[in-house]
Amino acid sequence: MTPSSRTLARGPVWPLFVAVAFAAVALTALVLIENQKLLGAALAITAAFCFCAARFGGVAATEVAASENPWLLRGLITVASLAVIFVLRDDNFGLLMLATVLIYATICLGLTVQMGYAGLTNFAAAAFAGTGGYTAAMLGQQGGLPDALVLVCGGLVAVFIGSLLILPVLRTRGHYGALTTMAFGVMFNVFLDANDFFGGPQGLKLPGINLFGWDFTNDIHIFGLVLSSYVNYVILTGILTALAMIFVGLLDRSWVGVWFDVVRLDETAASVFGLKIAYWKVLAFTIGNFLAGLMGAVYAKMTGFIAPANFTFGDSLVMVSIVILGGIGNRWGVLPAALIVVLLPEKLQFIQEYRLIFYAVLVIAILTMRPDGLVARRVRKLRAEASA
Amino acid sequence: MTGLSNNVLLESRGLTVRFGGLFALNELNIDVHNGEVLGLIGPNGSGKTTFLNVISGVYSASAGKILLGGIDITREKAHNISSYGLSRTFQRSRLCLSLSVFDNIALGAQRTLNNGLWHNIVQRKSFAAEARKIAEEARELLHVFNPALPDKLFDPAISLGMIDRRRVEICRALIGKPKLVLLDEPSAGMTHDETDQVVDEILGIRKSLGGLTIIIVEHEMGLIERVTDRCVVLNYGKKICEGKFRDVAADPVVREAYLGQA
Repeated sequence: MTPSSRTLARGPVWPLFVAVAFAAVALTALVLIENQKLLGAALAITAAFCFCAARFGGVAATEVAASENPWLLRGLITVASLAVIFVLRDDNFGLLMLATVLIYATICLGLTVQMGYAGLTNFAAAAFAGTGGYTAAMLGQQGGLPDALVLVCGGLVAVFIGSLLILPVLRTRGHYGALTTMAFGVMFNVFLDANDFFGGPQGLKLPGINLFGWDFTNDIHIFGLVLSSYVNYVILTGILTALAMIFVGLLDRSWVGVWFDVVRLDETAASVFGLKIAYWKVLAFTIGNFLAGLMGAVYAKMTGFIAPANFTFGDSLVMVSIVILGGIGNRWGVLPAALIVVLLPEKLQFIQEYRLIFYAVLVIAILTMRPDGLVARRVRKLRAEASA
Repeated sequence: MTGLSNNVLLESRGLTVRFGGLFALNELNIDVHNGEVLGLIGPNGSGKTTFLNVISGVYSASAGKILLGGIDITREKAHNISSYGLSRTFQRSRLCLSLSVFDNIALGAQRTLNNGLWHNIVQRKSFAAEARKIAEEARELLHVFNPALPDKLFDPAISLGMIDRRRVEICRALIGKPKLVLLDEPSAGMTHDETDQVVDEILGIRKSLGGLTIIIVEHEMGLIERVTDRCVVLNYGKKICEGKFRDVAADPVVREAYLGQA
């Protein structure tokens, strides 16, 4: 690289501090505030802050600072996460919500690889998560397997079921492929409902997680403080989300990410230059389904009970709408989008019965005002890698 | 076979492509010699682009054979054919406009790159080394076409003008060091002056790469006259004439095909 680009002025770092601190405060406030009027005010302030940040270059400055200081960003996020956990340490419901948001976000990272990168529309994400959940439940009943393995098996079984589904998906194009996954999502529910072996409509109970002697059902006692047992799940899901974020980010900034994009954008050009379309689609499908199955298993263990009603076609739609809301193909977008879609209906009591209407209005509003989602995908620039 | 056959890079024998009852290519025999620039001309719908599509594997042949460097590639899938040293551009630009110029050009070198997950995710240093190598080669190629282009390597392709997009497409076709390049209407969508410019650049780069074989499909006869060693004229999927452009252009059968019967 030329010396001039090395001496390019680096952007300021402070926007990064502000952004992470703001996210942490906003998140904590949204979880803690119960009073509906206060909550409305907090939401309005959050929205106004985000709008101003986008309008006056704050978002752009944060992005620059984040790409220039990746380790600082990771450190800040860790510190902020610990602070949020500390504040919410005995709010069981809040912690459960937080872990659920993280589970949805991670499943949606898998969907981002499938839909955003490789262009493979998947309307059965909840069914794959359910596959993982039921795998965990069935293995739990047999006993004997360590939980780390049980969770991984959840992912692997989802991949296996996905590999059965991939053949018809590859044979169809575009909307028809999406219809195939839709059919699978519905079949999954009908099958479980009708099958007593899997508990039928009543579902299955399963014990909490115990990872290498770390029992998730116990409260945590540390420095004289008592943290709710749900903190365990927030930590685990937080770590898994972080790992998935890093993995998906590296994937995007690699040849694999480039080939996924080319396969999505132009199959003819892709195959003329040697890309085997089916291979890349299967790879994206596998990665996404593994994440869905893994997080489904965590979800099942966390709630301690699963039934077909937990993994309906409606839930798959919610996951797709998270990806669209966040900005298709932008991995950061799934975090605020999952927060809005999972947390808000729980908090805003008047919404609850009108959940699906809320999602529909939200998706339509976003697609009208910001067609690229909350956080639009940026053009990939491998400049740093190519000039290191 | 004649004694020339040692020198033949691509040969089609009885190549036929049928779309339902329509013969897009009808028993076509074409030889392309090593190091030559072959012009493929003919009226609209005469089968020129179909010929490029069938040898690059986008369409499959209904009958006949295609040999590339003596190897039968008739039944090969499109994604395998590039490994025999064939690459191409398209009549309508097939750049991925939302990707950077770098990403687009890297696609041309795809089969020389390591696509393993471990390499791409974990061994980031060796991935970066590959990316550096591709960036260097891409800059060199782009520089031949337009000295301003290397600075736009990480700009999205959509930000480039038509002529630069065409240049990027040609660079993508060249970076994999192919033996045979198919250019499908390189002048499409460009002004006369731009076309002249791109032609000079293609000839220049051909000289610097030494003996690259090119098949070019084109309606712009000035371009064909300047760059081709030999021309094949198609009409209704059949070869009606071949030879030097001057001779072909004077041929009464060719004139009739283009202009209709007097």
